Amino acid sequence: MICSKLDFDTKEMRASYCDALIHAAEQNEKIVAVDADVSFSMGTEPFYKKFPQRSINCGIMEAHAVGFAAGMSAVGYIPFVHMFGTFATRRAYDQLFLSCAYQDLNVKIIGGDAGVTAAANGGTHMPFEDMAIVRAIPNFTIIEPADGTMYKSLVPYIANTYGNFYVRSSRKKSIKIYRDDAEFTVGHANILTQGNDVAIIACGIMVHQALRAYELLKKEGINACVADMHTIKPVDKDAVEKLANVCGAVVTAENHNIIGGLGNAVGECLLGIDPVVPMERVGVNDTFGEVGTQEFLMTKFGLTAENIAAKAKKVIGRKRK
Amino acid sequence: MNKKRCLSAAAEIRKLAITAMESAGFGHVGGSMSVCDALAVLYEEIMNIDPLNPEKEDRDRLVLSKGHCGPALYAALAYKGFFPKSELLTLNANGTRLPSHCDRLKTVGIDISTGSLGQGLSLGSGVAMGNKMKGLNSYTYVIVGDGELQEGQNWEAVQFIAHRCLSNLVILVDNNKRQLDGYTEQVCRQFDIKAKFEAFGLFAIEVNGHDVESIFNGISKAKSSGMPAAVILETEKGHGCSFAEIPGFNHYMVFDRGMAEQARREIDRRLEVSLRDDLQ
Repeated sequence: MICSKLDFDTKEMRASYCDALIHAAEQNEKIVAVDADVSFSMGTEPFYKKFPQRSINCGIMEAHAVGFAAGMSAVGYIPFVHMFGTFATRRAYDQLFLSCAYQDLNVKIIGGDAGVTAAANGGTHMPFEDMAIVRAIPNFTIIEPADGTMYKSLVPYIANTYGNFYVRSSRKKSIKIYRDDAEFTVGHANILTQGNDVAIIACGIMVHQALRAYELLKKEGINACVADMHTIKPVDKDAVEKLANVCGAVVTAENHNIIGGLGNAVGECLLGIDPVVPMERVGVNDTFGEVGTQEFLMTKFGLTAENIAAKAKKVIGRKRK
Repeated sequence: MNKKRCLSAAAEIRKLAITAMESAGFGHVGGSMSVCDALAVLYEEIMNIDPLNPEKEDRDRLVLSKGHCGPALYAALAYKGFFPKSELLTLNANGTRLPSHCDRLKTVGIDISTGSLGQGLSLGSGVAMGNKMKGLNSYTYVIVGDGELQEGQNWEAVQFIAHRCLSNLVILVDNNKRQLDGYTEQVCRQFDIKAKFEAFGLFAIEVNGHDVESIFNGISKAKSSGMPAAVILETEKGHGCSFAEIPGFNHYMVFDRGMAEQARREIDRRLEVSLRDDLQ
């Protein structure tokens, strides 16, 4: 399922997404694009050229754009709303709640610049809390694709499945993890490596770091099972329980605050397991973002393979003897 | 328009709304009463709706953005036959299909859920745009409160509605001059509502919101303007409900059967006077 050599994709994530959206829109005339003055950043301008009548740029008004999209979905359209994740969630939270979720409408929120991928836009634009706050709203599916291949592959499912989605994405080139023939099912984790010493459950850009951690641990004779938990809500509880039972120790890795995101979602699955399975989390330690290159920020916030490997060894040490 | 029918509808909607709130013992009386005449005109004379086919695609849509005035809208829907009038007695009861704030998933005839103020215009603009793209001739009516216009999202929506020339959308402002904490003039002054809409590029007109002919004419002019439009209904909070026509707090009231019965009798009496005056 995964590429034998992990390297940068030839295409940016946003370009893969827009190709997929155009393809989906060719199949389904109800798909429309809604933006809030970041169509260039979100990479949706090819859609605007192809479907000018189905492209609505609202201007800098995120709250309105989300409500407007919800209204369009109430009469049968399938709006894909493109914004930076920060503003889609923080600025338009009540609109996600009431205009979309509470009334069970059909809005697809594409939240760009996940976590440290906001890089030079800095702390104001760096969403470390978006998954946490959307996760607290019923009627939202939350997805964070690990690469462009997965992103592209999931767009038709998102378009054709009734309900509200929050997709946490990044715009630039990602490490290509998956071969083009890889398959993904929303709500089901992808198991990427076999191992029974520790489970590493990651999402987004941290899947690559988890695979690197796997290699680091292998050199020390530790076999890690790496899972890509691309669907953060509903999280794949069955997979988490199985991994916990097989490995007896769990590490989560996310480009997000350790509060409220993947680590919490996985931890909640472990609550019912007896005897207790130890768990460690890799993520941003309840702080704000800042400007910097993605590489600098990943090191600064500990979003690295080395940190995942260290946490893996720590959690193995906590295993019930 | 059939004035007599509208007057009777308005009186009936008021009485039914009072009856609904009476069953709960409390409710948003003030804002529900101020919007009853507009609802009567919309449902009797303006809107293309079919209670027997509430989901018909080309229907006109109503978004009650001031969602806490659900009792008035429920009364209008029951009056039109969307559901039995007896169901009004379940307002706010445990497990009810008629919650305080409008919920499209629970109530037949409700197109959009509302309750967090300021969101209805954006939702309505999406409905209007979608129907326009579908080539439907239907209209979307959005009722906002004057106090509600303090929410900034409204003005995002108005700017968008103007820019997109959504002439199939009519905003109705229930300008009852009061909000929960008192008179808008004191809490946060609205200035000139009509001028504000006009400054955004909308057609705007002020009408007597308790005169069914004025309301009808105002909405008709709004529709024939060919522009996105706002009809500012000059209203009085609590209007038509004797115990709510007070200068003090009437946003939310607790009342008993005696007060409700007296209010209903007064509504009947005033209707008689109106109909008699109309004949002369």
